[in-house]
Amino acid sequence: MNRRHLVESAWKALMIASTALVVGCLLLIVGTVIWKGLPALNLAMITQIPKGGYYLGKEGGILNAIVGSLYLALGATALAFVLSLPVVIFLNVYCAKRSRLAALTRFSFDVLWGIPSIVYGAFGFVIMVYLRMRASLLAGIITVALVELPIMSRAIDEVFRMVPRELKEASYSLGATRLETSLKVLLRQCLPGILTGVLVALGRGIGDAASVLFTAGFTDRIPTSLGQPAATLPLAIFFQLGTPFREVQQRAYASAAILTILILAISLLVRLLGRRYAKHIIR
Amino acid sequence: MRLFKEQAGRAVMFVLTVLPTVLVVLMLLGLFQKSRVILALKSFTGLLFSSGWHPLRGEFGLFPFLMGTLWVTAVALIIAIPISLLTAIYLSEYAPRRVRELAKPLIDLLSGIPSVIFGVWGVLIIVPLVARIAPAFGQYSSGYSILAGGVVLAIMVFPTIIHVALEVFASVPFTLREASLSLGATRWETIRRVLLRKGSQGIIAACVLGLSRAFGETMAVLMVVGNVPAVPKSVFDAGYPLPALIANNYGEMMSVPLYDSALMLAALVLLLVVLAFNILARWFLARAERRAE
Repeated sequence: MNRRHLVESAWKALMIASTALVVGCLLLIVGTVIWKGLPALNLAMITQIPKGGYYLGKEGGILNAIVGSLYLALGATALAFVLSLPVVIFLNVYCAKRSRLAALTRFSFDVLWGIPSIVYGAFGFVIMVYLRMRASLLAGIITVALVELPIMSRAIDEVFRMVPRELKEASYSLGATRLETSLKVLLRQCLPGILTGVLVALGRGIGDAASVLFTAGFTDRIPTSLGQPAATLPLAIFFQLGTPFREVQQRAYASAAILTILILAISLLVRLLGRRYAKHIIR
Repeated sequence: MRLFKEQAGRAVMFVLTVLPTVLVVLMLLGLFQKSRVILALKSFTGLLFSSGWHPLRGEFGLFPFLMGTLWVTAVALIIAIPISLLTAIYLSEYAPRRVRELAKPLIDLLSGIPSVIFGVWGVLIIVPLVARIAPAFGQYSSGYSILAGGVVLAIMVFPTIIHVALEVFASVPFTLREASLSLGATRWETIRRVLLRKGSQGIIAACVLGLSRAFGETMAVLMVVGNVPAVPKSVFDAGYPLPALIANNYGEMMSVPLYDSALMLAALVLLLVVLAFNILARWFLARAERRAE
């Protein structure tokens, strides 16, 4: 073994160590959070709202945050989907191949994707002040939808770009308009990809804290209308971890475990969907 | 009727398509509108480079927060760039297929984990660890420090850099590698002389994207960095990055005059920096693509 091979082996060992470190960090994070959170999880925790205030009260659970997060993330994902699907269809079906508008829009999505969620939160806050709204479920839904918009659009756009041209042309030649082609042919072809994009955005929406901090507020109660503030899991973790009381911290750990399990479940679903529905697609 | 639907659908979709671009402009305008109040009273550079932060006395120096952000981001990148690049090289050049197919979804999963979870983990593991190793460097630290923030941030940036770098390496043609190998170069020499040189633009882009991700990350850093509004002197000191400043003070900002305007200015600065980084990275990527063709 000469020097050159020795150098190669040394670098290779470093690379393997790096890869192990990256994967190890993930396992360590998930492991720690679940290990800390599982003992705190019990029936009362997930079926009751906190009693005596979320910061001081030692009894009760985190139902307010679970329900709030689900409302918020589902609402935001639905809104983001309604906004992003037409955009993606327009970009792929109506725009010419080297269209300036398409290039600009895709670039805007890239830029929006890179904007930190705290800036979305601040922007949401500016809008709220302008419209004289208070921190509420609705304001939170709108802000999180804006955070999700570029994530979802980029994912769906990727799938639409992969559609073979022959498929579109076959549909046109049968006399279908572009709208009909989009809704009846392309939508079906892209369905698994669209679902994946929606789920990825949902995962991001559930976990995002910085954007809802200003806009959705935090409360002990479960919201009954769009105008009320809503608690969310990430903020339940953030607020309750900082208290001096062990019982309250338990609620934070339980929230963290639930949030992690939700995220794991969503990504598992994404994998399964990708595999299962890939069969029915024309390549 | 069908043609009418077609026309109507087209119009609606066109309007929505303009939305993303309008949104970027609106964000800039909205935040600028809010920060104009304070900019009318004080100079922009004066605010950025003065270090007195006393909202009740009307002093809003952003300098300590700017330095906090820069320190945390620098620590994160020093850790993240070598590790991510080595991982990306391994996964793209050496790893057997099974390892690659196992590792990639896990790295994707890492990018999907919410930042608060990173924060919880940082508080539980990294903060006590930093507190324990600090005396070895002759310093006292509570653990809530720039270093803790940087480590947590580095882990959050891994997937971003790895993902882009993998794409860059995949775009380098195989024939180039084979040409180098056939001349007797070892695999590592091929990587260094061919892959890294050919992909240099893309690698820079990957790092810049990682940088901009790190720059704006809020919750995880906020939870472990200590939040003391002073310019940090070592990595064991507490810091107070810009995003943490915005997130921590949203409650009080409406009751103190100019406070909200100062925070919105902080958000605007963040937005401008991130925009600049993103545009830079896209430019590098576009150039890399053209070079690969």
